[in-house]
Amino acid sequence: MPAEPLPTPSVGAVALREPRYGRVAMALHWLLAAMIVGSLGVGLYMTGLPFSPQRLKLYSWHKWAGITILLLSALRLLWRLTHRPPPLSARVLAAMPAWQRAAHRISHALMYLLFFAVPLFGWAYSAGMGVPVVWFGLLPLPDLVAVDKDFAEAVLKPLHQRSAYLLAGVTLLHVAAALKHHWIDRDGLLQRMWPAPRKESAG
Amino acid sequence: MTTRLLWAGATLLGLALHAAAEPMPATAKLVPEKSQIAFVSKQMGVPVEGSFKRFDAQVAFDPKKPEGGSVVLQIDTASAGFGIPMSDAELPKPTWFDTAHFPQASFRSSAIKALGEGRFEMAGKLTIKGVSKAVTVPVSITSSGGAYAVATGTLTIQRLDYKVGDGEWTDTSVVGNEVQVRFKLTLGGLGPL
Repeated sequence: MPAEPLPTPSVGAVALREPRYGRVAMALHWLLAAMIVGSLGVGLYMTGLPFSPQRLKLYSWHKWAGITILLLSALRLLWRLTHRPPPLSARVLAAMPAWQRAAHRISHALMYLLFFAVPLFGWAYSAGMGVPVVWFGLLPLPDLVAVDKDFAEAVLKPLHQRSAYLLAGVTLLHVAAALKHHWIDRDGLLQRMWPAPRKESAG
Repeated sequence: MTTRLLWAGATLLGLALHAAAEPMPATAKLVPEKSQIAFVSKQMGVPVEGSFKRFDAQVAFDPKKPEGGSVVLQIDTASAGFGIPMSDAELPKPTWFDTAHFPQASFRSSAIKALGEGRFEMAGKLTIKGVSKAVTVPVSITSSGGAYAVATGTLTIQRLDYKVGDGEWTDTSVVGNEVQVRFKLTLGGLGPL
């Protein structure tokens, strides 16, 4: 075999120079990503089920997951406020016109807002329907609102549903933007949040 | 005149003697709009309260002398609801109350015992969905002013004893077997406590 040519800069090589989020931030990002996508999927599926033990189980699991998402999001927000994310590198910024930089900030702020709003509306909806949330069937949580089934159906249910759809929409944009940076700009942005171990050297 | 008075006296005496021989306690009248029968079951660990909207009671007992009295309660099973349309639509079905075959649940007392201070123990037969079980219901009666008295109490039953929640619903990890029945019955014309 002839000697290998010098390694050419690849996405991986660029990533070596891309500053990354810390372990805790990454763990919270991916755990919450999985839980939020899972809860949204369960939420969409369960509402179409006929009255059955399966339906009651899924509703409870959905609520337990929602409260867990709420708590983890609080932890995540605290972590985010006390641990500055790595700055976007010049290479990433070069791929972003001003409107994309604005969209980047707005979409992240909006997602954080929705991490709280969606589960809180869900919790309030359940309480308003006279079904208190008992976390994992063990810890009864206080009712966020007084029982008022008409108000819960007319106001809290659509708030929960629409805020969840909005979160799903912003999340899709978030994923699309990350993939655009990865596949089109090839600027190594994905490495900021990609938990794979960093290759120490090319040879 | 004298004859008439004598007659009247004799009639009154006769009535009094009759009452002494066969004590017939006055029948109290249920005030439905001031009465409630609620049930609480645990669904996935969450206490969920429902209620029966239609029921009637025949209460014939003297709180001073309850042994000879009787209490009969009929509950219209089709009036059960949690106030959640989807669950309420299920309750009349054969799996739950089977209201087509068993439109009424009932309690019929067999022995009433005074425990003092307005508390009573009513032993009797509870019938739901055609299944009868002996139960003992603790009841507290307080005066609510005027001619009205309020009887309250709580009874815990096992729903599967009465086949309420049959088939796939026998899974008590989803809907618990224990059901707490709470009642508050306002009665008019009950004897003094």
